[in-house]
Amino acid sequence: MKCWGGGKVKHTLAVLVENRPGVLSHVAGLFSRRGYNIESLAVGETDDSSVSRITLVVEGDAKIIEQVSKQLNKQVEVIKVNDITEEETVDRQLLLLKVNADIAVRQEIMQIVEIFRCRIVDIGRRSLIVEATGDDAKIQAIIKSLQPFGIMELVRTGRVSIVRGQK
Amino acid sequence: MQLGAEILIESLRKENVRVIFGYPGGAALKIFDALKDATEIRTILVRHEQGAAHAANGYARASGKVGVCMATSGPGATNLVTGIATAYMDSIPIVAITGQVATSMVGTDAFQEVDITGITDPIVKHNYLVQEAGDIPRIIKEAFYIAQSGRPGPVLIDIPQDVTAAMAENIDCKKVDLRGYKPNINGHIRQIKQVIELIEKAERPLICAGGGVNSARATEELLYMVENAGIPVTTTMMGRGSISQDHPLALGMLGTYGLAAANMAVQACDLFIALGMRFGDRVTGATAKFAPHAKIVHIDIDAAEIGKNMRVDVPLVGDLKVVLGQLNKRLQAKENQPWRTEIAEIKAKYRAKDRPVVGSGKDEEGVTDDAISAADVIENLNQRLTDDCIVTTDVGQHQIWAAQKIRTNLPGKFISSGGLGTMGYGIPAAVGAQVACPDCNVYVITGDGSFQMGMPELGTALEQGLPLKIILINNQTLGMVKQLQDHYCQGRYSSTEFSKSPDFHHLALAFGALSLRVAKRQELAYKMEQFVQHRGMAIMEVVVPARENVYPIVLTGSGLDEMVGT
Repeated sequence: MKCWGGGKVKHTLAVLVENRPGVLSHVAGLFSRRGYNIESLAVGETDDSSVSRITLVVEGDAKIIEQVSKQLNKQVEVIKVNDITEEETVDRQLLLLKVNADIAVRQEIMQIVEIFRCRIVDIGRRSLIVEATGDDAKIQAIIKSLQPFGIMELVRTGRVSIVRGQK
Repeated sequence: MQLGAEILIESLRKENVRVIFGYPGGAALKIFDALKDATEIRTILVRHEQGAAHAANGYARASGKVGVCMATSGPGATNLVTGIATAYMDSIPIVAITGQVATSMVGTDAFQEVDITGITDPIVKHNYLVQEAGDIPRIIKEAFYIAQSGRPGPVLIDIPQDVTAAMAENIDCKKVDLRGYKPNINGHIRQIKQVIELIEKAERPLICAGGGVNSARATEELLYMVENAGIPVTTTMMGRGSISQDHPLALGMLGTYGLAAANMAVQACDLFIALGMRFGDRVTGATAKFAPHAKIVHIDIDAAEIGKNMRVDVPLVGDLKVVLGQLNKRLQAKENQPWRTEIAEIKAKYRAKDRPVVGSGKDEEGVTDDAISAADVIENLNQRLTDDCIVTTDVGQHQIWAAQKIRTNLPGKFISSGGLGTMGYGIPAAVGAQVACPDCNVYVITGDGSFQMGMPELGTALEQGLPLKIILINNQTLGMVKQLQDHYCQGRYSSTEFSKSPDFHHLALAFGALSLRVAKRQELAYKMEQFVQHRGMAIMEVVVPARENVYPIVLTGSGLDEMVGT
């Protein structure tokens, strides 16, 4: 169980849906009108091009999550809902971060990048763009480390998760 | 190759559609053009699109089939919205077909363009924006399947103008293949056993029959369970008709506007068996105080209803007709005699007080002894109702008076907007019901507020020659809101009193109806007889004093046993 405090639990739902226009808005609309908050959302085609997978992170107590799952299941275009919160999963997010990098601090930044095993993907006259993948904790740590240099722009994807194979 | 519009009509015909309630317009030209030649489909031109959706709703409820309504794009489509929401809240199977601007114009804010699939998303079971004429057979087949299977509900199909005008191969769709939609039909055997065990152990079991019993047409199974296992039964407003009101074990409607006996039974029971209901707030009152001594069994076809509003001890998902059959097969005959005696006592104790109109808001000057009470009207009509009569209502005090007391013994005979509480529903719903059941007597019980919202469809009834019998209970106010102002606003009546109303007598005449007006109790029976006997449309205005309120009532935050007015 992954707890971030506050008493409520973050749940990761893997939702398989028909890969058709409008489906994402159905799913997202359902959350807003029933008053559930989506923490993060990532969507992409699966190996079957007629099916998309939406990975949703929702915060709530057991009752709310049960309702969320049931309401999702009711949608005609939703094929399957899996709550993978309790499973052993590999979780990843992608972060792209443009940071102030004058000559004086450039070396220091590159060391941090090295430590976190992320990459520099663009070098400007006064800035660097850092690319990182990792779970929530790692991404947070990178952002925190680079904050003192001045973050010019930051973009990150929602979390994608996959259940680990049997050991 | 065939025109998209023709493919549409043929697909509807394959779904055995006999009647469409519709209103034409620019984006729907081709569809209505194709309907002109479809002799086996009766197209009924309504007077307002909202009426089309309500009529389809009334048709569906009276016939047990899917109701179909049709409108053009833009305002035609948005006018359907209230009707679609009404059907959604009450789980009524309707298919709404709307014209849309041409595909190339979608998204340009074209004339009469609205995103009706976007607008209706929260109030439909499913909707479609058709992209290709060749998709029409599949979409129609799916739409009708979705609308009437599982928990029924409305489905909307939006068809752009160019799609109706395009040529395509009309390839018959034989089978519905929806991998994301598989309603549960059979109850899970482990849960069935748990329910049986609870029923066998219970000393004071109570069934609550909701609209699901009616829509699953599971009334025989219900009656068998009630009699075999000796379980008293109350109903929700949507569940009216699932059991005869005259049955010794029937308690009538429960809820915040329910009958006192039914509410007291809920608070006294030790097992509450909910059948096809959703524990709406008008049923439960304060949920924390609901059935405090009872374990709760919730049986419904929609898994999402279970645990949504109410704690549940044993959930059971499935089709009620099937699940009740499964339960009946295993249930031993039982008497529950002490509890039945207690129920009889509760009924006797509250019978007098269950006369719907006992209280009064403020005293009025000039109210004489021969003033008619709304209760008199219902009782008088009851004496003339046979089992095949259909009663629709609008929304307000008259609706509650009717829901509490109208004699109704079969599904599809009491038709009222339960969940959404839509004023203006009664007359168009009656139009639909009368079209579905041309040989039944269809009564509308309405008030002076609701009547003026549903009035346009009198034109439809006139044109179609529908012999509707409309009882207009006129208390010169928006009585239900006024009553709420009595309770919650210290009797300050804001916007609830009509200082002037149309001359309903001449209005009725203008629509070609027999027009009757009665204001004195002595005249009621005689006028009622004249009204009931009339062969064509008739409108009877009954003038009642504005002071009458609906009692008992459970106010916000109270439990069902904390009624006002008992």
